[in-house]
Amino acid sequence: MTDPFIRLDRVSKAFGGVTVVDDLDLTIGRGEFVSLLGPSGSGKTTILMMLAGFESPTAGTVSLDGARIDRLPPHRRNMGVVFQSYALFPHRTVAENVAFPLRMRGMARPEVAGRVARALDMVQLGAFADRKPAQLSGGQQQRVALARALVFEPAVVLMDEPLGALDKQLREQMQLDIRDIHRRLGLTIVFVTHDQGEALTMSDRVAVFNKGRIEQIATPREIYDHPRTRFVAEFLGETNLIDGVVDRAGAGTATIRVADGTAIEAATHHALASGEAVTVSLRPERLRLSPSAEAPNALPAAVADSVYHGDHIRVRIDAPTGSLIARTPRGAPEWDRGARTFATFAPGDCWVLPR
Amino acid sequence: MLRPVRLVFGLLATLFLLAPLVAILPLGFTASLFLEYPIPALSLRWMTELFTAEIWRRSIVNSLIVGAGTTLLATVLGTLAALGLRDRLLPLSGIVRIFCLLPMVVPAVVMGVGMQVLFVRLGLANSYLGVIVAHTVVAVPFVLVNVSAALAGIDRRVERAAASLGAAPATVLRTVTLPLALPGILSGAVFAFATSLDEVVLTLFVAGPNQRTLARQMFSTIRENISPAIAAAAFLFIAGTVLVAGAALLVRGRLSARG
Repeated sequence: MTDPFIRLDRVSKAFGGVTVVDDLDLTIGRGEFVSLLGPSGSGKTTILMMLAGFESPTAGTVSLDGARIDRLPPHRRNMGVVFQSYALFPHRTVAENVAFPLRMRGMARPEVAGRVARALDMVQLGAFADRKPAQLSGGQQQRVALARALVFEPAVVLMDEPLGALDKQLREQMQLDIRDIHRRLGLTIVFVTHDQGEALTMSDRVAVFNKGRIEQIATPREIYDHPRTRFVAEFLGETNLIDGVVDRAGAGTATIRVADGTAIEAATHHALASGEAVTVSLRPERLRLSPSAEAPNALPAAVADSVYHGDHIRVRIDAPTGSLIARTPRGAPEWDRGARTFATFAPGDCWVLPR
Repeated sequence: MLRPVRLVFGLLATLFLLAPLVAILPLGFTASLFLEYPIPALSLRWMTELFTAEIWRRSIVNSLIVGAGTTLLATVLGTLAALGLRDRLLPLSGIVRIFCLLPMVVPAVVMGVGMQVLFVRLGLANSYLGVIVAHTVVAVPFVLVNVSAALAGIDRRVERAAASLGAAPATVLRTVTLPLALPGILSGAVFAFATSLDEVVLTLFVAGPNQRTLARQMFSTIRENISPAIAAAAFLFIAGTVLVAGAALLVRGRLSARG
């Protein structure tokens, strides 16, 4: 991120005394795709509404390309907004919907027609120009909304859970389509979602929201592999959390002593002190089940449950540190309930979180 | 087992509502001089009377003038009120709404007396404008209720989308809000027209002899000479109302098919 295109500086927002966004800083680069990820009520949608101009911050400033916009009304912000509910004009045809922003800009009719046709072709809806929104499927309606938000070449496109109302298959197709459009047009996109998979697959960076603050903002890989807090680790995918105490802290690694006295070697970016209480995060897909304890880290365990999931097998094991989940690849030996095993993992496969 | 009971109850309820009409309408086509059954012979003499006798003809024209004026004024005011009271932005909007709806429940006699006194002061007594204003007061609540319901059905995000696409607030209102609320506005207008046609009490207080409306004329005729012209006027009334409501329903149907 070289160029701070969108900048939120110490922004707060309260509704009737309840703080929804709490003293938040956020910068987004030109051409970047940033996802705002978090549970409902974490403030991510409020941030989007402040960017669009439908809410104004209680404190702090919002700027776009160096100019303050927090007092600018929505119609003068030149941002495309895509809503979860599509928000198409029900009384206008698809073509009229897409032409709307161009007409608002006083563009001449022949040019409007050309641009509308190109935008509809881009979302593969050229044949539906004369239909009313009610005559389209949900996925088609959302593609119209997308075309309408892009046709006037806005500086920024804001998307508020745009795929939330679509079924899984359609959602995945639309994720690819939006990513493709983002890359082709070099748009700056701010994308609100509560679906962590969506955030990881689509974004350049993901900002994880919790209680009106950003817990962590980083690339999908960094945020998944190196969560900064327990909240981030738990919100992004499934993880096993093992509590322990720092025995010895080294450069980039630490030895953690867990419940039954076993020592775990784990990677960390945090500066840890000996004796500090920490949590080790261990992703289920990094956990191996092995008959022997010959690994840097090994916890003795008994198989509690094994469930076939098609592409993988989920095994729940009881270890001295509590119940753990392992995703073992299909084709791996099946485990019987009660079988004795060892949960093994490399130091680089687990991650220390401060508590 | 419930089905026949429901059917019978439905029929009785319908009969209860229609009985007065069934009783009066045939008398509009009687050849008799009096408002009485049995009808000796069918005739159009009273219908002809309505359109030829100056006093009846005049009252029909008056009803149309006052009805049109009331519909226009009440629809504009009621729609504006509904828009203004939409977002509870004002801390007093609840109270303001109640004030706007009050004419529905305040006895017309009370308002009539008040208006008579007030209109004399304002120089509106015995004028078309006075009658239109009086009718508008009682018609506005119907428009307000209908338009408010239509506005409540509009997804706010559609208006937000319009704003984000570059539409200034006035443009959003013109291109999105009003077209989407149009069915409700139309219903409100029909109610306003019907209210004005039907209004007698306020008219008695504020109208002069020159603004005698059809309803007012029927009212005085029934006291003076119980002529079957009243029944003929009633028929005209019903036919007119059904026609206006039917036209409105048709347009509404078109609008929703469009949306």
